[in-house]
Formats: sequence, structure tokens, C-alpha cells
Amino acid sequence: MSPSRAFAPALVLLLLAALIPVFVTANTVLNFIVFTLIIALAAQGWNLLGGLCGQFSFGHAAFFGSGAYAAALLQARYGVNAWAAFTAAIAFAALVGWIIGYLSFRSGLRGSYFALVTLAFAEVFRILANASAFTGGAAGTLIKLDIRPENFQFASRAAFVWIALALVGFTLLLTTAITRSRLGAWFAAVRENEDAARALGVDTLAVKLKAITLSAGITGAAGALYVQYYLYLDANIAYGSWISIEALIAPIIGGIGTPLGPIVGAVTLHGLGELTKLFAGGIPGIDLVIYGALLVAAIAFAPDGMMGLLQRLGRGKVTPNTTASTTTDAKTTGARTEGAA
Amino acid sequence: MLAVETITKRFGGLIAVNAASLKVNAGSITGLIGPNGAGKTTLFAVIAGFEKASEGRILFAGQDITAEPAHLRAQAGIARTFQIVQPFAGLSVVENIAVGAYLRHPARAEAQGRAREVASLVGLGAMLDQPASSLTVSGRKRLELARALATEPKLLLLDEVLAGLNPSEIRDMIPVIRQIRDQGVTILMVEHVMQAVMSLCEDIHVLAQGRIIAQGTPSEIAGDPAVIEAYLGQGAAKRLQRSAGMGENHA
Repeated sequence: MSPSRAFAPALVLLLLAALIPVFVTANTVLNFIVFTLIIALAAQGWNLLGGLCGQFSFGHAAFFGSGAYAAALLQARYGVNAWAAFTAAIAFAALVGWIIGYLSFRSGLRGSYFALVTLAFAEVFRILANASAFTGGAAGTLIKLDIRPENFQFASRAAFVWIALALVGFTLLLTTAITRSRLGAWFAAVRENEDAARALGVDTLAVKLKAITLSAGITGAAGALYVQYYLYLDANIAYGSWISIEALIAPIIGGIGTPLGPIVGAVTLHGLGELTKLFAGGIPGIDLVIYGALLVAAIAFAPDGMMGLLQRLGRGKVTPNTTASTTTDAKTTGARTEGAA
Repeated sequence: MLAVETITKRFGGLIAVNAASLKVNAGSITGLIGPNGAGKTTLFAVIAGFEKASEGRILFAGQDITAEPAHLRAQAGIARTFQIVQPFAGLSVVENIAVGAYLRHPARAEAQGRAREVASLVGLGAMLDQPASSLTVSGRKRLELARALATEPKLLLLDEVLAGLNPSEIRDMIPVIRQIRDQGVTILMVEHVMQAVMSLCEDIHVLAQGRIIAQGTPSEIAGDPAVIEAYLGQGAAKRLQRSAGMGENHA
């Protein structure tokens, strides 16, 4: 695939999304878009580590929360400029990622052990943040309302849509570029078979550390954006398991390891969630039921997510010999599950 | 090129490799044979950096590499294949080989180009875009070889690349291995297929119960009583000699 063809769909999608606030001004819609984009960004971070490099984290809240707290506390406690705090928050989250990665990959943790350790880190952070006076404890931290662009606060929600979109777009391009680079090939090699990767000269520890640092930085950006948008943070928002789950479900539904997967997944999940709330508004937790049902459906019928499903449907249309293409698909999927097992 | 000096590898109380020494000359195809469980694969793992030696040292091109991790040895020019094939199952054939090629060619286009060249060298040229998981046993063995070759090694460690292949596939692979050597790659191979070992190797080391018990040309090895005993049991060499002697008397 030529570079232009690889990047084209992403760019078209971004431009279309950027036009939405021009035509839609309803606050609920813009609110929904910003929130979904924040989740998409957090999920893009997860996808880089989990999807591309095969290291499944169950505690991306550790990075989301670190980014969010860094952004909030630098402003609320030290009066740092919001934009500078935002940048510092990304760096801080990346550093937290590197440290957690160094500790767990250094000791050779893989698979479910790595997942459990990340979960433990996120929980420890949550409890510490909830108890410490520095983070505002259970009362949380407020960022002073002072609506000025130089404070990263805007009167119009459209500005946040564009900023979130720019971050998601940048990460999309970055992920696409990585999948087409040597680093991307090494990520895939580590994901598929670490021993074989080492035999081919891949420094697997360094590769995994790169993945988790980038991943944490991206998810940290999502956290910083979250706090900048809502101007309030407490430990259960920042380090709660809700965001760890959001960050991993979106890519799984959307298409794990594909650059567009986390975005498609986040939009699908939250789109459906909102629609159900609209129609079955009274029933509490109905959107969670939808989550569960979708997850089961995705694992049963579309193990490669929405992106894999779209690709299969697309190929079915193009190829005149449909039966032949379905059998090869079945084979590929079967083999992939085998490989994963 | 490679000098293994009194390498010992212990797993707890078990001595898998016991003070084994061997030399691989530059440009040669050297064989490492021995009965099952002799420690061949363990010795390979120690040479490639996948297991730490308990004692002894390994010199590669004059440098002591005993303490270096596997990926640095690969960068220095040692490539290995795995006895149990380890393909990147989710990737296509060309992507698999490109992971090896990226070691010396950081740019995508170059790495993929190099991967295609190597693929056609080992006879995978027609299967570039197939998923690695769809390959047959012989295809996977070729893929192992191709990936290792794509790292452009000086020394190639082949761990039973012919095992599990049928006779005609073995006949196809032998010239491929010889061609790799002719392009300047030194080869050390563990192999059970004697027909291949005898026709390819100039120098053979025999490992039995963790010790090197013999070393020499294929014909020397074939007549070595210690080797025959290692394979066929104690006293086998004498019995064979006696029966051969009786045969001569009859004639």
C-alpha cells in the first residue's frame, strides 16, 4: 500500500468530524463528542501497547489519572499555565508508564501477570490519591474557572471538539506511521513471539518500554484533556477502573491493533450507549448492558473487531467468488486465534 | 569464527552440557550430531544467548560474547533457527522475513525488498503475502531459515531445519543450505538426517550425554567406535567389528 492510500481514510474522516461543530451547536451533542473523543484518545493509547505490541494492560487508569492529576495539580497548587501543565502532564504520564514498564517487563512479566500488575498499580494510585491531602483527598481537586484561551478554557464547546479531534488525529497519524515503520514491525514481532524476535536481534525490553511510554503519554493526554474540560477531578474518576475498561473495550470492539479501531470502537460504544439512554432512559445501567452484549457479540462474531468485519464485508463485495474468500477468512481467523492461544 | 571453550550448562542438578568445546571455521558447514537428549539444542541455546552458560566461554570472531544477551549476538552476526518453528503467526510471510531484514535495513522499502530476495532464495517467493500460519511444515522450516538469513548473519545456527520433512523436501533443501554457505555464511547445524549431515558437513562434532565424544570429517566420524557406541549402545562397535570380520573370513 502506498503511503497516501494508508493515510487517506484517516484524514478524510478527521476533516468530516471537524465540520460537525460548524453545523451542530447543541451542547449535549458537543458534550457527547468531546467525551467520546477523550475515551477514543485513551483507547488509542491502550491500543498502541495492547494492540500493536501485545502487552494487555488492565490498568491504563494509572496513566489517565497521572496525566489528569498532573494537569490539575500543577494549575491548582502551583499556578502553572494550563498549556504548560498540559504538556508536562503528558510527559509525567509517559514517565509513569516507563517506570511501571521497567519494573514489570524487567522482571519478565507477560500476559495475564502483566495485566494484573497494571491493575494493581492503578488501584494503589487510586487509594493513595484518595487518601493524600496533596491531591485533595476524597473531596477532589478543582481547577479555577477562568475562561480565557490562554488558560485552556473556552466559552464554546466547539473549541474542545477541535482540540480533542486534533489530538486524536495526531495519534491516528502517529499510529499509522508506526505500523508502517521498523518500530511497528518490532512491536508486531514482540506481540507474536518474543523468543523469535530476540533471535532476530530485537531488543524486546527496549521495544516494550517504547510501547508503554508512548501508550502512557497518549492516555495521559486523554486524562489531562478530561480534567481541562470538566475542571474537576477526584481519585475515582482519575484512577477508577472505569477508564481502564473503556480504554481496552473500545479497541477490542473496534479492531485491536488497527489504527482506526479505538476510534471506531469508542464511537460505536458510546453512540449506542447514548441511543439506548435516549430510548430506554429510565432504566439505570442499561448502557452497561449494551456494553456487555456488544462485547460478547464482538468476541463471538467479529474477533478482529468492527474493522475486521468491515474488511471482510468489503472483500466479500469485491470478490466475485465469495465462497472462496470466506473460507480463506475462516482459516485466517482460526489460525489467529490459535496463535493467540 | 566461533570457538566454544569448555561450556558447561547445569539445570539444577542436571548437567545438560558438560565442558563441551568446539570450533567452527569461517566458511565451513560444521555439523553437531548426537543421540536424543545429548544436549545439542541446549548448547545451541547457550551459543545464541538464550541460555546463560554455567561455566566456560564463547568467542565469536575473537570477541568474548559469553555475557551478551541474544539480541546483541544477533546484531554481531549470529542468527539461529528454532527446532520447534516459531513463526510470527499473525503476520504474512514477507512481514515475518522483514522483521529479520530490519536489523540491517531501517527503511521499510529496503527491508521489504531484502525480505523478498531472501524469500525467493529459500523458495518462498510465491507465498509472500500468505499468512505465516497457513504454511506447511516444510514452508515453516523455510520461513525459519529465511528470517534468520534476512538478518545477514556471519554465522548461521540451524537447529534441525530438516526434521519433519519428507525425503523429496530434504533433497530440495540441501542445495539451498549449500548455496547459503557459498554466499559466505558460516553454518553450524544440529541435524538428525544423516544423509544431509554426511553430504553437507566438512567437520562434525558428536555430543553424547553433554560431552563432545568425537570430532572429525564425516568418514572419520562414521567409523569412530565411540560414536557407534553412543548411538547403538555399549559394545555395539565391537559386535559390529566382529560380525564384519566374520563376513570377511567367509569371503
